[in-house]
Amino acid sequence: MSFAWAKQYEPQTAFTKWMDEKLPLPRLVYSAVGAGYPVPRNLNYMWNFGVLAGFFLVLQIVTGVVLAMHYASNTEVAFGQVEHIMRNVNYGWMMRYAHANGASFFFIVIYLHIFRGFYYSSYKAPREMIWLLGVVIFLLMMATAFMGYVLPWGQMSFWGAKVITGLFGAIPVVGEPLQVWLVGGFAPGNSALNRFFSLHFLLPFVIAGVVILHIWALHIPGSSNPTGVEVKKESDTIPFHPYYTAKDGFGLGVILILFTFMLFFLPNMLGHPDNYVEANPLSTPALIVPEWYFYPFYAILRAFTGDLTIPFTDIILVPAKLLGVIAMFASILVWFFLPWLDKSPVRSGHYRPMFKKFFWFGLIPCMAALFYLGGAKPEEPFIVLSQIATAYYFLHFLVILPIVSQIEIPKPLPFSITEAVLGKDEGGAGAATAATDMSAGDAPDASPQPAE
Amino acid sequence: MTIRLGGIIVGLGLTAVLVLWSLVPGLVNFAIPEKPDYYAFQEENIAPEGGFSFEGAAGTWDYAQLQRGYQVYKEVCSSCHSLKFVAFRNLQELGYSEEEVRAEAASWSLPGVDQKDGSVIDRPGLPTDYFPAPYANDVEARAFNNNAVPPDLSLMTKARKDGTHYVYSLMLGYGEPDPADQALSPEFETPEGLYFNEHFYNINIAMPPQLNEGVVTYANGPEATAEQMSADIAAFLTWTAEPSLVHRKQIGWFVILFLIFASGLAYLSYKQIWAGVKPKKE
Repeated sequence: MSFAWAKQYEPQTAFTKWMDEKLPLPRLVYSAVGAGYPVPRNLNYMWNFGVLAGFFLVLQIVTGVVLAMHYASNTEVAFGQVEHIMRNVNYGWMMRYAHANGASFFFIVIYLHIFRGFYYSSYKAPREMIWLLGVVIFLLMMATAFMGYVLPWGQMSFWGAKVITGLFGAIPVVGEPLQVWLVGGFAPGNSALNRFFSLHFLLPFVIAGVVILHIWALHIPGSSNPTGVEVKKESDTIPFHPYYTAKDGFGLGVILILFTFMLFFLPNMLGHPDNYVEANPLSTPALIVPEWYFYPFYAILRAFTGDLTIPFTDIILVPAKLLGVIAMFASILVWFFLPWLDKSPVRSGHYRPMFKKFFWFGLIPCMAALFYLGGAKPEEPFIVLSQIATAYYFLHFLVILPIVSQIEIPKPLPFSITEAVLGKDEGGAGAATAATDMSAGDAPDASPQPAE
Repeated sequence: MTIRLGGIIVGLGLTAVLVLWSLVPGLVNFAIPEKPDYYAFQEENIAPEGGFSFEGAAGTWDYAQLQRGYQVYKEVCSSCHSLKFVAFRNLQELGYSEEEVRAEAASWSLPGVDQKDGSVIDRPGLPTDYFPAPYANDVEARAFNNNAVPPDLSLMTKARKDGTHYVYSLMLGYGEPDPADQALSPEFETPEGLYFNEHFYNINIAMPPQLNEGVVTYANGPEATAEQMSADIAAFLTWTAEPSLVHRKQIGWFVILFLIFASGLAYLSYKQIWAGVKPKKE
């Protein structure tokens, strides 16, 4: 499953030859992330974040397993047990801060990875499956992070769990019994904490499994690239190792500097002070907010303040709460339809003047606003601003993107990646071909089909 | 096809109209906002002159200050506030010797079990014990404190925004309300049994002013002014909330300097590996 010119693994020693016959694991690694995986030669730093996300997944699993050795999922002792980790376990504070800030950095790199996908249309054919699996990973990450935040059993843990599990109560008819069944009681308690801990331990391994599918699906068409022009020949690619392992190594160093800076100097900056107060079902915090990485979706949830009624009557069609819940889930589910909403044959935002404007001056400010508004107090002017931002968010994906992709005239694309990098390509026509000849469909631009 | 498309558009349009209609109450509220009617509290905390020794990337503990803060806790705060996540053995980190910690622990009385008949008795504390709670339970705490539970102080500086400065500000925040502010909210009045404190989110706090000048006597150190005691207790509670604070920053320097060095090497090897692939910029 790679290009015809991909290097093949050749075992050198007697042991590796023996191993290759019995279990060709080194061959698999060689072809997946080694010299046997040809990658476009023009990837920029935005292509670092996949590897970085993988790194943070591993970091979360390693620190998480160690923390689980010292934790107890019982509402009576959970809060004190976390303090036991912070105070009595050797370097327990480092493990816990690494895990808490690791979650934040996992989301930072994932958001950059996703927005790379938005800008360079990484979701377009033939890479739809990679994108769909990526959205699944993101949903699993959100579930895992939410349940992890409940485990210290602080005030924000408890009240966050109460608000989020309360969302299921908005579902008509079955909502309330469903909520009681999911939480194991009328409010989050011992049974909720236990099942959240169990699932918080399980889901990262499910994520790891979907990540394998994500990478597998990636290796069928190969990596995308900043021009959006498909790989045509060997001069368009270079082996993943050593070229991109070296580049990713540098990227990893940079992100680790930022990460360790947060870990050692500002470990509580991204957290909430209320979570250092033990959960108390009788005392509601002044402002209940989730972790920062959920802010955009929390802003969308809270944007719906009025019930959906038939105008000038008191008949409520959909209560405000349910509207918010639907909108919040829809805001992520809409990503599943992205490959079919964006019809433009050109992938890269570089060559899409109109799309580019809507991306930088529409979607990015809108997301920045939602990030800010999700953590703001539920009062004016934040409510009306989050309503505008929510409206724009859906407008962008459901209206602007389909229309722009139909009417925009793309800039001419380079003939090949080689031409984009070197300025000329002896094998090509020399001149840039019109963009309209390029199709994102089944590669009619004469790119070779990857050999199976 | 056209009919189906038309249907979808009509349906979407109808939904859009209904959704927009649901936003009307919010817009009305935005245009004619309801004025909040409350006495604004001082959200900005104050800091002692010269700041705290442990602040900044290279901060270290001032052990004399931590010991003074411990004295303030022991002689003032501990009569109402527990410190349940701190053990006597931890006091060694404040510069006390093992002997001193043992003597200090023994000066506290903890509930124990009589080994002969199993009845509950008082016993002297051991270094392995945690600080005892002043009240048996929340009900007793409420009964003694005008229906308010004095919170545990172990994590206080992490459980409040800008916690160290918050504790310092709160200790010094007592006084009389500003007449100009009071004129804005005429019905404002501090209820019986509560105390005005401009740094408390509720303005009125159940805890009476505590750190009045001379309430403790420092054996050999600065004069026990309200500012001095407030700074000392804020420093001590910062340590109880995060004993690893200074150690953490020290490790951080090594880790980050190493990572900068390693990233530099990674960058050079990246450039060398790519030298033959990337064309020179013209």
